[in-house]
Amino acid sequence: MAPALAWLTALMVVPCALVLALAFFRRGIYGGIDYTFTLENFRLAVDPLYAGIFLNSARIAGTATLIAVIIGYAAAYAIAAAPRRWQPVFLFFAVLPFWSNYLIRTYAWIVLLNREGLVTQLLRWLGYTGEPPSMLYTEGAVIAGLVYNYLPFVILACYAPLSRLNPELAEASRDLGASALTTFRRVVLPLTVPGIAAGAVFVFVLSIGNFVTPALLGGGRFQMIGNLVYDQFLTANDWPFGAALAMALIAIMLLVLMAQAMLADRAAGRATEASGDADG
Amino acid sequence: MAERSSGTRRMLRLVLVLVFAFLYIPIAVLVALSFNAGGLPTAWSGFSLKWYASLAGNAAILSAALNTLIVAVISTAIATLLGTLLAIGIEMRRRYGKGLEALIFAPMIIPDIVLAIALLSFFSMLDVTMGLHTIILAHVVFNLAFVCSVVRARLKSFDWSIVEASADLGASAPATFRRVTLPVILPAVIAGALLAFTLSVDEFIIAFFTAGAGRASTTLPMQIYAMIRFGITPEINALATIVMAVSITALTLSQRLNRGVIGQ
Repeated sequence: MAPALAWLTALMVVPCALVLALAFFRRGIYGGIDYTFTLENFRLAVDPLYAGIFLNSARIAGTATLIAVIIGYAAAYAIAAAPRRWQPVFLFFAVLPFWSNYLIRTYAWIVLLNREGLVTQLLRWLGYTGEPPSMLYTEGAVIAGLVYNYLPFVILACYAPLSRLNPELAEASRDLGASALTTFRRVVLPLTVPGIAAGAVFVFVLSIGNFVTPALLGGGRFQMIGNLVYDQFLTANDWPFGAALAMALIAIMLLVLMAQAMLADRAAGRATEASGDADG
Repeated sequence: MAERSSGTRRMLRLVLVLVFAFLYIPIAVLVALSFNAGGLPTAWSGFSLKWYASLAGNAAILSAALNTLIVAVISTAIATLLGTLLAIGIEMRRRYGKGLEALIFAPMIIPDIVLAIALLSFFSMLDVTMGLHTIILAHVVFNLAFVCSVVRARLKSFDWSIVEASADLGASAPATFRRVTLPVILPAVIAGALLAFTLSVDEFIIAFFTAGAGRASTTLPMQIYAMIRFGITPEINALATIVMAVSITALTLSQRLNRGVIGQ
């Protein structure tokens, strides 16, 4: 145990603590670090210029999360409704792309969306003759890339509670006269909230800290926090400010995780209640 | 689930078809183009392996592939050893604090960019010359966490009384480990190692920040990133197809060895 914990401490805890400390120092004149205490970096992070990038990131990540959850939940529902023996197969193939290289999955969208890409070819083939539409390097392309990359996890997270759902609950609801829609909204959905929350948190956290997708599909025009952190460390050479941004990112992540834990606790309470009712 | 009308069933089937099309068409296009003689998405000009042949003659890609292999093999070996021991240590004790749990969970959830800049700051402050060795040190951090979680999942159903029985019967601790514990957890250990290997082969951001200056320690994902920024080329399609084939094979093997553990 000890060597593993030492490894994690030396190469994760200590470096992260270092970044936290770095965030409280000044940038040196020649791009180095001036070891005088300051809160300037955090003030700069909430400056309208940078706060705009935070909001932008939150909006892009939020939209991607919403779309991924809707598609992912529908897919998980369809898999859970398929014949039992097919479910593991469907699930395996839904998750498989997730384990191939992230850069390559993002690159695949450049191939689809660029001006002479497959989508343009398809439009031409259908009789479209105008200018090729600009789809790459837009916010939509960034969102599509994020949804594509993280969808498998939402499917997995939503499938777990859907497959465990007691079918008698839905039947009871129907027997008592509720419509299919009401049954879904009042019975199925509340019981599967933990899965939705887990999937949503995952997509949101990974999207908001993402660096590769905005860089490749946004063409550098849609800066997100990850890109800003990258710039501070590799181009602007303002490490203390980059460190403050990274800490803000971690803070957002922790807040989202805490919200999810609270939601999961409440839903767990509801699930026990519901199964108690079904037994009784 | 409850019985459904044929209309609902048809709709659910349509959802599955659409989702799988969404997931697989982009990948399929890439693979198909890698075999297209013309190399362009505009027209199919016949089956050809020439882009694969041109990869084999590209020194930069070959050296990047070798670097990736070195990093992945060494970091996987270290992470498998440390992660397995950690998993056994935790599960044997059964009593552990929330802090320990968070420490092991953190590498899996921390944004790559944050760990990347943290390690860059750390290494440069210690004046460590960066290269393949620093990438290996960094990759062990998250690989260890993944191996540990896969092995722990297996150990949850492990009956520790057989370890006691073995000790009672006079077996030494190493003998007990080798003849009792290891055979039980071996599939999970191999599955964890394959998972770690795949993660390491695919990892880009942390490697990018901890590779140091110069091209000597460029890994395959770094090379792919540079190529993508430069534009679409048929060689990337071929390279992408090979890389995907390798990770998907490793993951399928891992999944077979350890049904259902991955993805939990």
